[in-house]
Amino acid sequence: MTALKDSPLVLGFETSCDETGVGIVRGNTLLADAVASSVDEHARFGGVVPEVASRAHLEAMVPTVQRALADAGVTLADIDAIAVTAGPGLAGALLVGAAAAKAYALALDKPIYGVNHLAAHICVDQLEHGPLPEGCVAMLVSGGHSSLLFVPDVTGDVQPLGQTIDDAAGEAFDKVARVLGLGFPGGPLIDKAAREGDPEAIAFPRGLTGPRDAPLDFSFSGLKTSVARWVERRERAGEKIPLADVAASFQEAVVDVLTRKAILACKENGADHLLIGGGVAANSRLRVLAEERATKAGIRVRVPRPNLCTDNGAMVAALGSELVRRGRAPSHLDFPSDSSQSVVDVVVR
Amino acid sequence: MLLLAFDTATPAITVALHDGTHVLAESTTVDARRTGELLAPGITAVLTAAGRKPGELTGVAVGVGPGPFTGLRVGLVTARALGDALGIPIHGVCTLDVVAYQTKTEEPFAVATDARRKEVYWAQYTDRFTRSTEPDVAHPSLISERLTGLPVAGEGAVLYPEAFPKAIGPRHPSAGALAELTIRRLQSDPDSLMFPEPLYLRRPDAVEPGTRKRVSTS
Repeated sequence: MTALKDSPLVLGFETSCDETGVGIVRGNTLLADAVASSVDEHARFGGVVPEVASRAHLEAMVPTVQRALADAGVTLADIDAIAVTAGPGLAGALLVGAAAAKAYALALDKPIYGVNHLAAHICVDQLEHGPLPEGCVAMLVSGGHSSLLFVPDVTGDVQPLGQTIDDAAGEAFDKVARVLGLGFPGGPLIDKAAREGDPEAIAFPRGLTGPRDAPLDFSFSGLKTSVARWVERRERAGEKIPLADVAASFQEAVVDVLTRKAILACKENGADHLLIGGGVAANSRLRVLAEERATKAGIRVRVPRPNLCTDNGAMVAALGSELVRRGRAPSHLDFPSDSSQSVVDVVVR
Repeated sequence: MLLLAFDTATPAITVALHDGTHVLAESTTVDARRTGELLAPGITAVLTAAGRKPGELTGVAVGVGPGPFTGLRVGLVTARALGDALGIPIHGVCTLDVVAYQTKTEEPFAVATDARRKEVYWAQYTDRFTRSTEPDVAHPSLISERLTGLPVAGEGAVLYPEAFPKAIGPRHPSAGALAELTIRRLQSDPDSLMFPEPLYLRRPDAVEPGTRKRVSTS
């Protein structure tokens, strides 16, 4: 029993958006991270279509479980516990993962944890950089989320500090990429285009940075509109659009605000560690600027490698493993999926 | 034989356990919004009621719709995951066929279930074992013309009495009947049992973007 509690073998499921993720961890050791993405099916629509994502989850589910087991070199009989994203996310997509995880738990007679997607994004860093320091600040930035969180205990005490009041940071990347005709998803494409550009070429607005604005909330909708106006003005005048400069200046506006507020959140909460997760954490300029500003402020930055930043099943397994080790009660088989689950609810019972 | 059967293609979340001779236990709850919450506990409930364990199951039968997508997928992914975890075969059966089997009617009839958006999923039958049209989705008034007064089973007949004046039971499929029908087919016509692929009958609502929307007013 002690061995099980110290390093449980946990199977994790993630289907909150367009990635079917199945991960396997033993304690804090990553054994498998199998992901099937439907992103190519969404590209022509310029964004994730929920029904297309849900259909793809159903088809990918069992093959992805089998791939994860083969990668980890374990069998279902070895699994000690199961964890699955209960929310937040796309309602129909979440249900596919939850139903699959419940079926595996029921068949194997193992405990199941319905967990919070955002807490999983935080906990995944334990697989790479070891146990989380007590009381760190986490910044989660993706196509669906932009949140600053204070994390005394990832298994039960996650406190929201601020979030976007309109678009998520990743959403802004997608929309601006569309304005620039770069394609979908926009994050990596803008990152690449920006490398050749001047981040100070155009002074795009920094949302919610005025003296009366909420200091830890974000807004990216105005920035997106501002970029579109700038581009349209030049198009009307028949001028060539300096793609690299627009991409670099837009990207700088986003990461400037993100890092500035993240450092402020650390200072206000006495945290000496900043953890960054979510798909936008793969952005090269965000990593550089966060490191630069954190170092100046005496704060250590932790960012998992890119494929653990984007949605995956290993992060859910990592949180499940931590919940087992801390002796937290599992969920009941009838736990609901919740598309708007609050970050304070780490486990749904 | 210990066959677990369930269907989630209608508002009825119905689960049954069958030993090859009898239905050992059955559990049905009508609540389309809670399929994801009710199905797994329904399965443990029938196993517990019959004093059996998941490891004793020899097969799974699942209704493949047509039905509203979200609930339908809960049933299908559950069946596929159970089949994988227990290493047992899974059998797909058209949900309309289950309702037809339950009618106990000898004359020709149709089955219509709720497809939402003022439409029904439907098919025609020459008797309770024999479907004569492919499952389809359509507005009740269009089907009504083709049926010329035939009796209609399923919730569609209850929802649209003007189009389907001759309503017959049942309103929803029962997993006990699904289990019985599956066992009959396993014995007489195993090829008619399909790998559980969902019968969506509708494409996802998604439109490819046209030209970019302008944000400037001039």
